[in-house]
Amino acid sequence: MKKKSSLMTHIAGSPYIIWAVLFIIVPLCMVAYYAFTDKSGNFTFDNMLSIGKYTDTIILSIWLGLLATVISLVVAYPLAMIMAAKGPEKQSRMTMLIMLPMWMNFLLRTYSWMTILEDNGLLTTGLNYIVDCLNTLPNVSLDPVHLINTRGAVVLGMVYNFLPYMILPIYTVMLKADRSLVEAAQDLGGNKLDVFRNVTIPLSVPGIVSGFTMVFVPSVSTFFISQKLGGTGTTLIGDIIETQFQTANNFNLGASLSFVLMILIFICLAVMNKFSDDDGGVVI
Amino acid sequence: MKRFFSVIFTLILLTLTVVPCLAGEKKDYSHLEGTTLNVYNWGEYISDGSEGTLDVNKEFEKRYGITINYSNYESNENMYNKLQAGGANYDVIIPSDYMIAKLIEEDMLAELDFSNIPNYKYVLEKYRGLYYDPDNKYSVPYTVGMVGLIYNTKIVKEAPDSWSALWDERYAGEILMFNNPRDAFGVAQCYLGQSINTSNLKDWDKAIEVLKEQNHLVSSYVMDEIFNKMENGEAALAPYYAGDFLTMYDTNPDLAFVYPKEGTNFFVDAMCVPKTAENKEAAELYINFMLEEKIAVANANYLCYATPHSNVLESDDYELKGDPVLYPDEENTPKTEMFHNLDYETQNYMNMLWNELKIEGNSNLDAYIGLSVTAVLIIVYALYKFIKKKKREAMY
Repeated sequence: MKKKSSLMTHIAGSPYIIWAVLFIIVPLCMVAYYAFTDKSGNFTFDNMLSIGKYTDTIILSIWLGLLATVISLVVAYPLAMIMAAKGPEKQSRMTMLIMLPMWMNFLLRTYSWMTILEDNGLLTTGLNYIVDCLNTLPNVSLDPVHLINTRGAVVLGMVYNFLPYMILPIYTVMLKADRSLVEAAQDLGGNKLDVFRNVTIPLSVPGIVSGFTMVFVPSVSTFFISQKLGGTGTTLIGDIIETQFQTANNFNLGASLSFVLMILIFICLAVMNKFSDDDGGVVI
Repeated sequence: MKRFFSVIFTLILLTLTVVPCLAGEKKDYSHLEGTTLNVYNWGEYISDGSEGTLDVNKEFEKRYGITINYSNYESNENMYNKLQAGGANYDVIIPSDYMIAKLIEEDMLAELDFSNIPNYKYVLEKYRGLYYDPDNKYSVPYTVGMVGLIYNTKIVKEAPDSWSALWDERYAGEILMFNNPRDAFGVAQCYLGQSINTSNLKDWDKAIEVLKEQNHLVSSYVMDEIFNKMENGEAALAPYYAGDFLTMYDTNPDLAFVYPKEGTNFFVDAMCVPKTAENKEAAELYINFMLEEKIAVANANYLCYATPHSNVLESDDYELKGDPVLYPDEENTPKTEMFHNLDYETQNYMNMLWNELKIEGNSNLDAYIGLSVTAVLIIVYALYKFIKKKKREAMY
């Protein structure tokens, strides 16, 4: 009986295992292979050594990715809380509103942000009108707003595009959390802040962790957003990697950059996970 | 009398069979019906039926019953990588001159059977036998053009006549530049008076120096985004292809165009068939179809690029007939140079310099400070947790 069930498990699991081997494990090995070979296939460390030049770019990518993630978290958390507390009908309506922009293509949405943020764009014109009004006041002299081609624009693009990936996991976790725990905490005399700090937050940690991962990883490695919304000072590591494959035809350097980036992201996530474990351990 | 009839009859038969053959009239392509043709072209590089234009691909499908599988690429290098990586199967590609040279050198193009492309006769003599395909064996010109300087007359008051305008401090933050190394270096090299095909690495060093000087003036490096930006008046100056200027000019009449006096790049984009093509005959049929006058006029009107087709130039349906930007008279024709395929070393060197340029000017103080602060916060938090835990353990 036991044997049979394990056979069944194997069969049921096999599509995914085949998928994972073909499209995850094998490509990863290929990345590693390219990262440590030169054009003619000989083993070399040159690619890895030349990565030093891109330290600044990597640091910038991680920093902007982190900023975007933290901003998403700050925006998403209260929203998820409010949503989870609403009635089922309102909940589905709100979920729908969050999903709605995702029905449109990601590239298109970023492209429209480009037009909105341009100097003659909708948002900039509006803001500059306000600036002009303020400037008529005595002792006020503000510079006109410039949005496109700045790091701010890139972070905005990241937050806008990946925000749903932060909201949804947190919301799901909160929905499933046991209400009676909150009630128990209130019964035991905790005020609102205590309950929030000691019950709500620890319970939502798994959601935060998966939201963090799902926003941070694509933000760090993006190239489209930084190319469209960023300017000369916002080249991210994703851009460099993309160039290696698309234009420079230097798969080896591209692969080694991806390899290093992957390891760095892995470290960041490991640190993040360490925290969530600690938190869980202390509270529950 | 009987004999007379038989002679007449034979003559009629002869005319029916021989004459069409002699005139090279319609070959029979019915066996290609139901096959698929993979066409790989630049984005926005064919009359596609939008805004009441002729849908060229649909027309072809209707006439020959061949299904077209049409896809786009962004740059020659992009196309090359896709082709070289294998896997993808394309029957017709439209690379530029230097890329054709490279593809021929690497034995990736098939020789064309010109008996399937009788319309080749319309291709102007001056676009035949160019350096990349001296014996006219592999390619059929599709469009030709030059790179020039586009400027917005609302921002740039005095008309520029030199590439140096792209280095003018007055337009800091309002200059756009090519986001591909070959074209961007091309501009810098024309500006410096170098050959755009130099293999002297010192020349490339000089070119990157001026590009780095320009870096802080450039608002962004763009390719197709340029349409939006120039049409909306977001930028003052940008180097781009003459044909695309006409498209932008349609939307924003404040724009103007000039061929800088230092000279510029002249290019030919030509239709080729890769060696790996699986439907070569249909590919040749397609190339021939593209050279039909009606189709070529539709494409020329849609693309706004200059055409190498002799009949289009005289056609009354051609909206850009004699346009001074596309077809400058001798006096206004700039000195031009075509891109040649660079040798491997030079190409690598160029790509390396290009990377340097792209990460140049990233002043990352904020990133370093931000990340350090985050790291410190994390460590402090970890310590706090650790101490709390110890205390708790001590309590029990």
